[in-house]
Amino acid sequence: MTLNALTIAEARDALRKREVTATDLTMSCLTAMDAGDPLNAFVHKTPDIALDQARAADARLAAGDAPAMCGIPLGIKDLFCTKGVPSQAASNILRGFRPEYESTVTQNLFDAGAVMLGKLNMDEFAMGSSNETSCYGNAVNPWKVDDRHLTPGGSSGGSAAAVAGDLCLAATGTDTGGSIRQPAAFTGIVGIKPTYGRVSRWGIVAFASSLDQAGPMTKSVRDAAIMLGAMAGHDPKDSTSADLPVPDFEAALTGDIRGQKIGIPREYRMDGMPAEIEALWARGTEMLRDAGAEVVDISLPHTKYALPAYYVIAPAEASSNLARYDGVRYGHRAALAQGDGIVDLYEKTRAEGFGPEVQRRVMVGTYVLSAGFYDAYYNRARRVRALIKRDFDQVFAAGIDAILTPATPSSAFGLGEMANADPVEMYLNDVFTVTVNLAGLPGISVPVGLDAKGLPLGLQLIGRPWDEAGLLNHAYVLERAAGFVAKPQKWW
Amino acid sequence: MLDLTFQPPKPKVIAGAKADWELVIGMEIHAQVASNAKLFSGASTAFGSEPNSNVAFVDAAMPGMLPVINDFCVEQAVRTGLGLKAQINLMSAFDRKNYFYPDLPQGYQISQLYHPIVGMGEVLVEMGPGVARLVRVERIHLEQDAGKSIHDMDPSLSFVDFNRTGVALMEIVSRPDIRGPEEAAAYVAKLRQILRYLGTCDGNMQNGNLRADVNVSVCRPGQYEKYQATQDFSHLGTRCEIKNMNSMRFIQQAIDYEARRQIAILEDGGSVVQETRLYDPDKGETRSMRSKEEAHDYRYFPCPDLLPLELEQAWVDDIAARMPELPDAKKARFMGDYGLTDYDASVLTAELDAADYFDAVAHGRDGKQAANWVINELFGRLNKEGLAIADSPVSAAQLGGLLDLLGNQTISGKIAKDLFEILWTEGGDPAQIVESRGMKQVTDTGAIEAAVDEIIAANPAQVDKAKQNPKLAGWFVGQVMKATGGKANPAAVNDLVMRKLGL
Repeated sequence: MTLNALTIAEARDALRKREVTATDLTMSCLTAMDAGDPLNAFVHKTPDIALDQARAADARLAAGDAPAMCGIPLGIKDLFCTKGVPSQAASNILRGFRPEYESTVTQNLFDAGAVMLGKLNMDEFAMGSSNETSCYGNAVNPWKVDDRHLTPGGSSGGSAAAVAGDLCLAATGTDTGGSIRQPAAFTGIVGIKPTYGRVSRWGIVAFASSLDQAGPMTKSVRDAAIMLGAMAGHDPKDSTSADLPVPDFEAALTGDIRGQKIGIPREYRMDGMPAEIEALWARGTEMLRDAGAEVVDISLPHTKYALPAYYVIAPAEASSNLARYDGVRYGHRAALAQGDGIVDLYEKTRAEGFGPEVQRRVMVGTYVLSAGFYDAYYNRARRVRALIKRDFDQVFAAGIDAILTPATPSSAFGLGEMANADPVEMYLNDVFTVTVNLAGLPGISVPVGLDAKGLPLGLQLIGRPWDEAGLLNHAYVLERAAGFVAKPQKWW
Repeated sequence: MLDLTFQPPKPKVIAGAKADWELVIGMEIHAQVASNAKLFSGASTAFGSEPNSNVAFVDAAMPGMLPVINDFCVEQAVRTGLGLKAQINLMSAFDRKNYFYPDLPQGYQISQLYHPIVGMGEVLVEMGPGVARLVRVERIHLEQDAGKSIHDMDPSLSFVDFNRTGVALMEIVSRPDIRGPEEAAAYVAKLRQILRYLGTCDGNMQNGNLRADVNVSVCRPGQYEKYQATQDFSHLGTRCEIKNMNSMRFIQQAIDYEARRQIAILEDGGSVVQETRLYDPDKGETRSMRSKEEAHDYRYFPCPDLLPLELEQAWVDDIAARMPELPDAKKARFMGDYGLTDYDASVLTAELDAADYFDAVAHGRDGKQAANWVINELFGRLNKEGLAIADSPVSAAQLGGLLDLLGNQTISGKIAKDLFEILWTEGGDPAQIVESRGMKQVTDTGAIEAAVDEIIAANPAQVDKAKQNPKLAGWFVGQVMKATGGKANPAAVNDLVMRKLGL
């Protein structure tokens, strides 16, 4: 086994025992990263930064000052602003943009000794579920069926592909409606979206501010616990960041969930749900029951309204958040013709800079906020959101500790397969995940098995607000019971 | 406390070609919050800095940057609300007002549409002794200022300066309670005075730190009363909004022009189009900026980057406990405690530092005399030399010392003016100056009598004339004052002269 295939926990222990150096580990990942070009996961490589950080990590390890993430090579989603390094949210409109600042999450990771290998592919502005809206072209799932290339999911598709393909030990992702959990499920890795407010949004290019949260995408639940601990924490620069202590998530992985109540929401049993998904869900339920948890049927009655509400609220916020990309201060500016005015500058710059999916959402968002439609769409969606949150509140108040659902309605689909479909077909990918964002809850996707085609499938656990520790422990039990060890065949 | 009862002023009536018309005016005042830092960033608000030097990443709307509320700006808005006797909303929230413009980097202004921080308040606008309009303030909200576009530096390029971007503004919205151009200007002046007393806005209109949008409509006499009774705006005319004026004079001119424009349209059988207009001070006219149809759809929605602003009552109470004395109360106190006229009290309370100066001078002294000296001698001299009260060479303590010497008859009124001159040009302690320079008033009747006798003896012809015409006795008084270097007590001199001349 090569070093790049290690988990964070394994690498940490080896580093602390001085069995390997951070530099060796980083070199191994840099080699894997270059060899992984066919996956199109890394869109900007930073080997010089990585090696500098690795050497600094080795010095800290030698000095006995080795936080958990010290010397761990990571990939960083292109949505994170990284100082002096191209950060363009996979959009042409930010072509050439190098921030003068470091996002709080990457700074926290660097402070903990982490190493950045480069920036990872994603859907443009995190809008998409297949990584196909990226200005860099799509990332490719390391898992494949026959000769068919599959999507790694989205929007954190590059992160998922890089982790599943062992190009790095772990990666950052962001999740607005499922963008961590769906690609994690499609690539057989672990991805957690923390409680809204657990992780600072400062320095992360905004998609839908009331829904966006960053989280780790890792090879194991333990890694997710370690890395989330390093990413999280109160940030005075983000007014929505919670001033709460960050527990030791790894210490919470006791494997003991006896007496815990697991809710199985009946509304997540959708019409036309593939039998494989149904069976996987049932298996996951049995695993938790076998571990001593009490399984309870629950109802989240407003679930069916979640997707439409999400696809009103997220585009509404996006239409406003993306107004700043106007060609005036940074990023792409269209070449103007003689006599063009300021409106031409806006229209040409934004038409050239934004891809079709981003344009669609900006237009939808503008429409639902406009006078005369605001109440019918945006305000109604907000009320639905409040009801969805209330559904969860009531279930948790009734003593449920965590909720088990499928993570996705299917395994990874083929690239280009949805190209001619109604955009709404693509939006259906988020059906199990958006409720969690709307309610601000923590949710984690854990790989549990393979489908008939040999592709990974994941289950989602949803936790109480701020109880990532408990949620991770449930996920840990599921992970151990599932014993998912499959890896994609290396074809690249 | 003086009883501040007042009568409302008569509304301004403009005679059109066919009929009389009245004006109905509501105002939105944008007051820059006095604060060293911007509303959502730590960048400086200093005026006159190099372009784009006071710009934080969030002000420039760099990707991923987030606003964080400046608590001091919130405190200033609360203080302003308390100063206008307004309701303080313990829960308020920020909304985004979306529109595209190069000097608006975010593509939206963070404002408070749905839940402003301050609710209903009032401003008492005095239009003369016993005449005042109580203008209701509907709300005050906090919002970001925009930057500045510069179109005249280059024939083909435009430039933007973001120094002002994100500076905190209070938008103070009145009800349509103002009934004429003079009232409108007086309302702005009164508001400005209160803000300056509170220290929440410097009121500098030239720098644009206090700007007014004015809504003007006209109606026939009687219609406004119907509106008042029903709160139904259909009794009033269609309004036009004149944007962004930063001079009291322009406000009056613009309202007057706009009212006459609307009247002419209506009397011609036309109808006023609701629109936004700009006042051109060079031409003295308003012109259309954009019509209702062209009006932006601002797509307001709650700003997801900011949590609702929740205030604790105790925090508000603490600000209330530290409120300064405001102009109305100060004026009433000056009239009550110092016996000042309405006019003098108004003059002395117009500016806080002048009022403080007067207060220090008058405290424990004859208030009316203090007012005379401060208004006539001090203000007169300051005006003449173009100085502000803060730059006065004569301190309140010095002027008080002068008044003490005058009050206990150590010096005469004439000498007091000389002393004031010395204090102004040389400074020093008034009592010491009087002592060391022998400026004390002579009250010793023996010495005065000797001087009177001497003058009478030396001027027999004048004595005869004075006996014919007693008015000429003043000449002797003057001569005696001259002979004593002005130090003789004028009343004593007068008595002696009259007696010696047998008048």
